[in-house]
Amino acid sequence: MSDVAVEAVGVSKRFRLYHERNQSLKAAFMRGRRAKYDEFWALQDVDLSIPSGKTYGLIGHNGSGKSTMLKCLAGILVPDRGRTQVHGKVSALLELGAGFHPELSGRDNVYLNGSILGMSRKQIDRQFDEIVDFAGLETFIDTPVKNYSSGMYVRLGFSVAINVDPEILMVDEVLAVGDESFQRKCMEKFADFRAEGRTVVIVSHALGTMRSMCDEVAWLDHGKLKGVGRPEELVDEYVGASHEDRVEESATAEEEGPRHNRWGSGEVRITGAELVSDGRVTTKVPTGDEVAIRVHWEAAAPVVEPVFGIALHTLDGVHVTGPNTRDAELRTGTLHGTGWLDLRVPRLMLTPGTYELTAAVFDRSVVHAFDHREKILRFHVLPGTPRDHFGVISLGGAWDLRNESPAGDGGAGAVGRTGS
Amino acid sequence: MEGTISQLRVTFASRELLGNLVLRELRGKYKGTSLGWLWSLLNPLASTVIFTVVFGAILRVTPTVGADGLQNYTLFLLCALLPWNYFSGVVNGGMGALLGNANLIKKTSFPRQLLVLAATASLFVTFLIEMAVLAVALLVFGANPLLWLLPTLLLMVVLAVFATGLGLMLSVANVYFRDSAHFVAIGLQVLFYATPVIYPITLVSDVSPDSLVARLHIDSLYFVNPLVHFVEAFRDMLYEHHLPGLGTVLVLLVSAAVSMWAGWSIFNRFSGRLAEEL
Repeated sequence: MSDVAVEAVGVSKRFRLYHERNQSLKAAFMRGRRAKYDEFWALQDVDLSIPSGKTYGLIGHNGSGKSTMLKCLAGILVPDRGRTQVHGKVSALLELGAGFHPELSGRDNVYLNGSILGMSRKQIDRQFDEIVDFAGLETFIDTPVKNYSSGMYVRLGFSVAINVDPEILMVDEVLAVGDESFQRKCMEKFADFRAEGRTVVIVSHALGTMRSMCDEVAWLDHGKLKGVGRPEELVDEYVGASHEDRVEESATAEEEGPRHNRWGSGEVRITGAELVSDGRVTTKVPTGDEVAIRVHWEAAAPVVEPVFGIALHTLDGVHVTGPNTRDAELRTGTLHGTGWLDLRVPRLMLTPGTYELTAAVFDRSVVHAFDHREKILRFHVLPGTPRDHFGVISLGGAWDLRNESPAGDGGAGAVGRTGS
Repeated sequence: MEGTISQLRVTFASRELLGNLVLRELRGKYKGTSLGWLWSLLNPLASTVIFTVVFGAILRVTPTVGADGLQNYTLFLLCALLPWNYFSGVVNGGMGALLGNANLIKKTSFPRQLLVLAATASLFVTFLIEMAVLAVALLVFGANPLLWLLPTLLLMVVLAVFATGLGLMLSVANVYFRDSAHFVAIGLQVLFYATPVIYPITLVSDVSPDSLVARLHIDSLYFVNPLVHFVEAFRDMLYEHHLPGLGTVLVLLVSAAVSMWAGWSIFNRFSGRLAEEL
């Protein structure tokens, strides 16, 4: 086998976007040809060289052409320009259980699906028990698949596809199937694949998985190859860039966007909130940087001892934190006129992502709201140091590995350390 | 040409998949019905009864006299109706073969022509069973067809090639122009009456020169239809027990070859973009 498992040279793929999906002969006669369409280049002159035995990832935002690329590599789509070459037997997992016939039993469908994926009858005979066992469907294998739950359906589909014994496996967003234990089995299977020196090409939005699984990734942006490299670097760069895009979008969106919930009696009003880093107002900050969250206030008449508080939420609504001046035992005195209040954060320990800030000011008993403004600010945390990217916060800890009873004849115990 | 040869090689290499697809068609077709496989015989039986009553008993079409003095409208009808049913089945099945498997085409990579071939082949199995039943019926009614079984089988294969060519052509046509299916439905209806299935061909071939049919040149146009020759060849062998003329045989072979060649080239020309057009 050569060193390159999959190769794409100058691959371009054009799609037709029909104005009206009316492929009728009438329309063809009327216009003298088929329905009008715009051309859209989903891929433009992409070169890829996927080394054999490696796990290779394709990343990019929706519509970047990564799935199109995978389909070209898998031979489902034919590129309009350029060529693709595959050295070895391919199995593509684009949709699990594609081609299952609902009326047929699981057993019949294993044979059918296996042969669609390129297995011979003998091969399937040999691996049948393993396939069924892996899917965990021993008792249901003679039931028509229309009676399967969706989980059983995809499990069987995955199990067939993974047992095809391909030299090159192409996977599109299908890793997240089944329950916890099935997912673990899948991951183990992938690990086996890698250990056996097979080539895996993955398309996924699960950047964490991509980062840990891939040896190399390619980043596609609007159908063009933006870079190829080590996953840690490229994934971070990609995350950073996609946040920048989003900031630009949201900057305009926020001006016209709908007002978020606001309530309160108005003795003290919150007039704005911003993120200040290095003396400059910003909406994106890398993990671990020093930053101040600034809340602007205004009080038409003197107000005694108001309490300020903020809350941070992730976009999916997880309440990350909610500090307030009373818990911090800050005496605010009597406020009159306008001013601002900073919450200085020496190291922002949020993992990369988008967060929303809610700011509020209450009376001294924290019962009555003067002003409560939900989601007054949206900001983005970019990859920084620490590089943690799972969960919401980083603990900022340092690893310390010791080997207390060294094996063999000695030397000091190995100590591994990685700082953050 | 080179493309055709490599496509042929690919098709041959995936014959096992073809077999599985045929099994899928056959097993899936009548799954869930209580009569199951019987339906594949009940359907032609129903149309036989209808045509026999309407054309044999009410309109009193006189069938030609067959071998050993056999003159039975039902048998006369079946010798042509079964090949016709197979032909129209392949045309319809071919049209649906790609559209009905859109998901498979969009998500997996395999030689697409197998879907059309599987539709053809699974219908051929039903065709074989029906013809076997007909052979038994002919035997019972005194026209022993045993000597003619082998040539009939060959003719069935030639018809299969002819119909599959059309099926390949129409399968892609239907993806690109969705109303092909409706045109074909009308076309098949016209073709059914333009083929001597329910009436003897003598009604058309033996018209007097001053009749309406002759003056409109319908009789000369009529024989352009290859199905006329197919159906007549079946009837020649099974009902009348003689070989079709050499000219007819040539017409059949040439039309099968032309249909297959055209279907195959059109299919390969347009099958590359199927995954995005579906």
